[in-house]
Amino acid sequence: MLCLINEGVDTIFGYPGGAIMPVYDALMNYTDRLRHILTRHEQGAIHAAQGYARVTGKVGVCMATSGPGATNLITGIADAQIDSTPVVCITGQVSAGLLGTDAFQETDVIGISMPVTKWNFLITKPEEIPAILAQAFYIAKTGRPGPVLIDIAKNAQFGMLDFEYRKCIKMRSYAPEPRLSLDNLKAAAALINSAKKPFILAGQGIILGNAEEEFRTFVEKSGIPVAWTLLGACALPRQHPLNVGMLGMHGNYSTNIKTNECDVLLAVGMRFDDRVTGDVKRYAKQAKIIHLEIDKAEINKVVHADIPLHGDVKDLLPVLTKLVDRRTHESWLKEFKEFDKIEEEIVIRHDLHPVKPGLTMGEVIHIINEKTGGDAIAVTDVGQHQMIASRYFNFSINRSFVTSGGLGTMGFGLPAAHGAKIGAPDKQVILFVGDGGLQMTIQELGTINQTQAAVKIVLMNNKYLGMVRQWQQLFYDRRYSETYLLNPDFIKVGEGFGIKGKKVLERPELDAAIQEMLDFNGPYLLEVSIEKEDNVFPMVPTGASVSEVILEPKK
Amino acid sequence: MNQGKLNNETGLCEGGKQTFTISAFSENHIGLLTRITIIFTRRQVNIDSLTVSGSAIPGIHKFTIVVYECREKVEQVVAQIEKLVEVLRAFYHTEDEVIHQEIALYKVLTKSIIEGNKVEEIIRKHHARVLEVKPEYTVIELTGHKDETQALFNELFDYGLLQFTRSGRIAVTRSSKEVFTNYMKDAGKNSVEYA
Repeated sequence: MLCLINEGVDTIFGYPGGAIMPVYDALMNYTDRLRHILTRHEQGAIHAAQGYARVTGKVGVCMATSGPGATNLITGIADAQIDSTPVVCITGQVSAGLLGTDAFQETDVIGISMPVTKWNFLITKPEEIPAILAQAFYIAKTGRPGPVLIDIAKNAQFGMLDFEYRKCIKMRSYAPEPRLSLDNLKAAAALINSAKKPFILAGQGIILGNAEEEFRTFVEKSGIPVAWTLLGACALPRQHPLNVGMLGMHGNYSTNIKTNECDVLLAVGMRFDDRVTGDVKRYAKQAKIIHLEIDKAEINKVVHADIPLHGDVKDLLPVLTKLVDRRTHESWLKEFKEFDKIEEEIVIRHDLHPVKPGLTMGEVIHIINEKTGGDAIAVTDVGQHQMIASRYFNFSINRSFVTSGGLGTMGFGLPAAHGAKIGAPDKQVILFVGDGGLQMTIQELGTINQTQAAVKIVLMNNKYLGMVRQWQQLFYDRRYSETYLLNPDFIKVGEGFGIKGKKVLERPELDAAIQEMLDFNGPYLLEVSIEKEDNVFPMVPTGASVSEVILEPKK
Repeated sequence: MNQGKLNNETGLCEGGKQTFTISAFSENHIGLLTRITIIFTRRQVNIDSLTVSGSAIPGIHKFTIVVYECREKVEQVVAQIEKLVEVLRAFYHTEDEVIHQEIALYKVLTKSIIEGNKVEEIIRKHHARVLEVKPEYTVIELTGHKDETQALFNELFDYGLLQFTRSGRIAVTRSSKEVFTNYMKDAGKNSVEYA
C-alpha cells in the first residue's frame, strides 16, 4: 500500500478474494489516502482503470485475486496493450510453496498474460515488493505505455520487510527515451518545406506524450491539414481550421481520398492499423512518408517510412517546428472542402438532421454537442454508435475521448466511463453505448450506484448488434444471422440498480430528455430508440483501398 | 533487395526464404524464454534451433535462434524481441555473416568398432573425437555445421547407432565492429537503478 501511495496512486479499482486478502486487509489502514472502488466483476475493474488512465494520464491501478479473478482481467489487459494504456494490475497468487500444485484458485496468470502485457512479474518474497512495484510503474508509464501485471504470492503478502521506497529511474535493457536523429529531422523538414500537398495523420502518441500544445504549434506554423485516427481524436480540437477529419474505415470522405493524393504523409504517433490503411498495397504509394514514433518496432512494420523519426513526439515536434517554414496551403485545403461538401450532402445531413421518422445516433450526438459546447468527455463502447460518436462528437478539450480502438472490446464502455468520471469528476462524462455492449458489463451499474459517479449513459438501442447487422446487410445479402436481441426493459434494470433513467421513442421528446440527463446531479440512463437499419457511412470495405471509400450502399 | 518481401494478403514470402541466425542479449530472468518464443509462435515462424547460455558479460544471457524465413518477417521478429523490456539488444544475420558451429554426440556399440575397421575409418574421415569407451558402448563427438554432423550420422547409422543428439547452433559474427560489446560499455553494470 505504501508503494502505491509513493507512486502517487489515489484510486484502485478491484475485487477481493482468497489469495489477495492480506493486501485488502492492509488497505483498511490506508483508506484516508487510497480510495478503493469495488467493481462487480474484475473486467469492470480493469476497464475502469483504463478509463481513469486515459483521462488523467496517470497509471490506472486495479487489483484482483488469483485464478478466476486474474483471468477475468485478461480482456482488459489485452485492450490496454493494443491501445497503449498505462495500467498496473496487482493479482494475488497462491503461496510460493503451492505454485504448480493445482492449488485452489491457482492459475498461471504470468503465463496467460505474457502475450498481452508490456511486462509482468511473480513476486514470491516480501522484500521484492517495493523494487518490483517501482519497476512496474516505471515500465507502465514510460516509452510507449502499456499494461504491467504483478502477481504476488500470498506468503509474500504476509511477510514483513524494512520498508524503503525508491522509484525506478533506469533499466539498462529498456530505453524509453530514444536519442533523436537531427539528420533525419533536417531531412524531414526539408521534405515538408518542399511539399505541395503535405498531409498530417495524428495518432494517440500525441495524447500519450502530452504533446497537444507542441502539435498544435507545429500544425499552425506548417499550415498542413490534419486528419486523425480513432484514438488520435482530440489531439487537435475538432473546430480547428486545419482539422479535416477522421481517417479510416468509417472516417471522412476527404481524408481517405486525399491520403492517396498527398505528396508527403507525416504520421505522428500512430501505427498504421489496418482499419486506417485499408489495402496497404494501395496505401499512399505516391507519397513520401515521415513517421514520428516512439516505438521502434512500429517503424516499417506496416508502411515503409522514407524518413523515420524515432522518438517521443513531445521532443521531436518542437525541433521540427523550428526547422519548417511558416506556410499556408489554401488550395490544397480547399480540395478537402470539396469532398466534405459531397459527404455533407449524401451522409452527414441525413445523420444529423434526419427527416425520416426513425431517430438516428447522429442527431442524438448533435444535440449533445450543442448543449455541452464540446466541454465534455465522450466514452464509447464498440460498434456503430462508437463510429458515429467519433465522427460527430465535438472534441474540444484534451483527453476527451475514451474508446476501445485496437481490440474493439464490447463491454468496455460502461466501466471505462465510470473510471473516466472518477478520474475527471469535474467534467461531464457521457457514455455512448449500444444495447449489445451494455449487456456485456451491465453489472457495473451496481458499482456506479455505489459511488454515485455522475456518468451520463446514452443507450442507443436499435435492438440489434448494429455493426454486425450492417455488414450482414452490405456483404452477406441481408442474412441477419444471430444479430437480433430480445432486450430487457433497460429503464427497469437501471431502476433496479438505483439509476434514474428515461426512454425516448420520438424525436420531439429528445431535446428535453437530453437536457434533463445533462442537468441531473448523479448517474443517469437515457435510452434512445434508434432506427433499426441505420448504417454508418462513409465506409472503406475490408480489403479495399482508401480511395475506394463508399458513401452509400451499392444500389 | 527485393528478396524476402512478405505478401500482406497471402502471407507468402516473395523472393524466397533463407536461413537467419538471430542473437538476442537479455537479463537473466525467469520467463524471458517464453516471452521470446511466443513472438515466433504468434507469427507462425518455426524455430530450427535455439541455444541459451550465459554470455561473456556476467548476468547477461545470449539467445541464438536459427530460422528459415522471409527477411521481412525476421526483421519484424527481431524488432519485437528487442522491444521486450528485459532484452538489451537483438540482431539477425544471414549465413555468410556468421561463423557458426553445432556439436553432435553419437553412441555406438563398441562391438561394431572392434569387429572390422569400417567405423574407425569413418571416425577418422570425419575428424570426430572419441569421448568414452566402455565394453558395451563408445561415445563419439563431432563439431561442425549441420550437414557435417548429419553426414557422420548417416554413415554411423548402419553400424548400430544407440543414441544421437545434436545441439542448437552457436555463432559469432564476422563483422569487425563489436556492436553489442560497445553497447554494453554505456549500458552500465546495474540492471535496474533506483532514485
